[in-house]
Amino acid sequence: MTTNCNVKHPNAAVAENPWLCQTVRIDSIEAEIPEVSTYELSFVDRSIAARYRFLPGQFNMLYLPGVGEIAISISADPQSREKWAHTIRVAGNVTQSLSRLQPGATIGLRGPYGNPWPVAECQVNDVILVAGGIGLAPLRPVIYEILANRARYGRVNLLLGARTAEGLLYSDQYDAWKSCGIELQTTVDRAAPEWKGNVGVVTRLLESLSLPCPERTVVLTCGPEVMMHFTVKSAMQLGISEQHIWLSSERNMQCAVGLCGHCQFGPTFVCKDGPVFRHDHIAPYLKVEGI
Amino acid sequence: MGASEMSSIGSSVVDSPETAAPSAESFLPRQQLQQLFDILIAQGYQVIGPTISQGAIIYDEIHSVSQLPQGWTDLQEPGKYRLERRTDEALFGYVVGPHSWKRYLFPPLTTVAIADRTDAGWQLTDPVQTVPKYAFIGVRACELAAMKIQDKVFLDGGYIDPIYRARREQALIVAVNCTMAATTCFCTSMQTGPRCRAGFDLALTELSVTDNAGFTIEVGSERGALILQELRIGVASDSERQAAERARKQAESQITKHLDTTDIRNVLLSNLEHPRWAEVATRCLSCTNCTMVCPTCFCTSVNEVADLQGDHVERERKWESCFNLDFSYMNGGVIRNDIRSRYRQWLTHKLASWIDQFGSSGCVGCGRCITWCPVGIDLTEEVAAIREVAT
Repeated sequence: MTTNCNVKHPNAAVAENPWLCQTVRIDSIEAEIPEVSTYELSFVDRSIAARYRFLPGQFNMLYLPGVGEIAISISADPQSREKWAHTIRVAGNVTQSLSRLQPGATIGLRGPYGNPWPVAECQVNDVILVAGGIGLAPLRPVIYEILANRARYGRVNLLLGARTAEGLLYSDQYDAWKSCGIELQTTVDRAAPEWKGNVGVVTRLLESLSLPCPERTVVLTCGPEVMMHFTVKSAMQLGISEQHIWLSSERNMQCAVGLCGHCQFGPTFVCKDGPVFRHDHIAPYLKVEGI
Repeated sequence: MGASEMSSIGSSVVDSPETAAPSAESFLPRQQLQQLFDILIAQGYQVIGPTISQGAIIYDEIHSVSQLPQGWTDLQEPGKYRLERRTDEALFGYVVGPHSWKRYLFPPLTTVAIADRTDAGWQLTDPVQTVPKYAFIGVRACELAAMKIQDKVFLDGGYIDPIYRARREQALIVAVNCTMAATTCFCTSMQTGPRCRAGFDLALTELSVTDNAGFTIEVGSERGALILQELRIGVASDSERQAAERARKQAESQITKHLDTTDIRNVLLSNLEHPRWAEVATRCLSCTNCTMVCPTCFCTSVNEVADLQGDHVERERKWESCFNLDFSYMNGGVIRNDIRSRYRQWLTHKLASWIDQFGSSGCVGCGRCITWCPVGIDLTEEVAAIREVAT
């Protein structure tokens, strides 16, 4: 299996028994866009916190005993040492039950899992981040990383699309990101009368960028599959190499360690070979329905 | 996939018998086979072997030779399995049934984690595992290959399944060479049999009454050698060894089914839109039988099993199948929404993407999926059809 980087057992909260979770406490719950909240989680066992590290793009399994488990990308700053943000949309049983919990409640966590965004490859190069809706959550750790080491990166464009202006995630952070040298643009599919910004799909923002050197530009994208499909297409039209386009995919991840079989996508296990893939590694399978 | 690749699988983690070249064969008279059972039981092993239950030869705990399917054989065809009397009283005169050893090494239902609600929040703990010490009697060559494949999945994939590992490490394997084949067998195509070459502690070949009823025994490990010592038996005579070789050759000569594995990964993965997938979907019932009887299929789901108060939760892992509709459920939708895509997933995983994932085919050629398919779908025919008009 070709993967961008094999992260094996880097994880403080992964026990010998791959199913065993650590207990974490919900420190805070912050409502973001409709149906979406950010949960900050801290380890009850402080010694785990001291060892826990994740790389941008990785995910944790969050466990509600009696309800079930879900894979949630980590949307925290990679430098976090005490608590870790997880931005979660209410979508199924587990997230619904989670949305009824209050700060102070405990749940289970195991991770981090999966292959991260190619941060090292982004350095020195120009970077374009393309996110749709909640797809910004797994990209936020990359933004934190860029902000912390801004000089290591070339031009950084962040292109955000949402159905409506209310669907623009983390909008209270945009000014701070802009002031630190990230060129941020937003667009919405449906504009309310008071919306003064761009209207249309996020790929339009991508197409209108003028890239000084497309051959030294890396694209990271996360969002609905159809959005990522057109993002890849537009990026390639701009002259960006397929080998410099990375996307984060989603499947039914249950064990997170390649043992349960659910998340297979072509020859890959999305949980351990992904969720971040280089486009050319999975391109033949992206076009196949029902794979 | 060549035989050389197959023999390299899963050797690193489990301290199991490996490539030890079979030493001189010994001869165990048939009336002394019970001694082997007795030695294993005295050493604390739970002996699991073939026995008849509900009209099939299954693997269950047995204590005595009398529980073996003496004088029975299995008649197998696509969608058909029948037990028939043999003309002799052979103890291992059949091929493989609906069970495989995976049900013991990788139990169909097991608790993987426990959660208890306390004043300090949820306490998440490992269940206490009692690890049975199994001795498997009657493991066929294709099944040895299946164990090696599951070793690769559960022990070499970057993350380890501790339940499998604990059971696998302790298990003692007494293999039995096939002396006949079913019409569904194609181990020769998959380079997995019918001869047991490695991965066993002891390997038996049953000789017929005319050939001085009994077994030639090969040793595959230190553990096996120690058991052989306890049996206090002699070396096989030339005629016994020759009879054993004839019996093994007989199995090989009876194999008629063939799967062409040439470039099979690319043939299948470059034909994901082949019309045959839709055609087979009109016959496939998506019943999951093939995945349940397959000795290498490893998919599972975990269910939350809570007490009435919801304060004590056990996480139960059970065998799952890619043929189940909700197997690919995600965010309110199902990815593989028709039988076409589910059959395609199973077959391409088993024969093609398994090679990407684990370095070998996921198929050992045992033929169980053919026999136990209620409509008799034969994967070798499906592959041949895809090859025939490969786009």
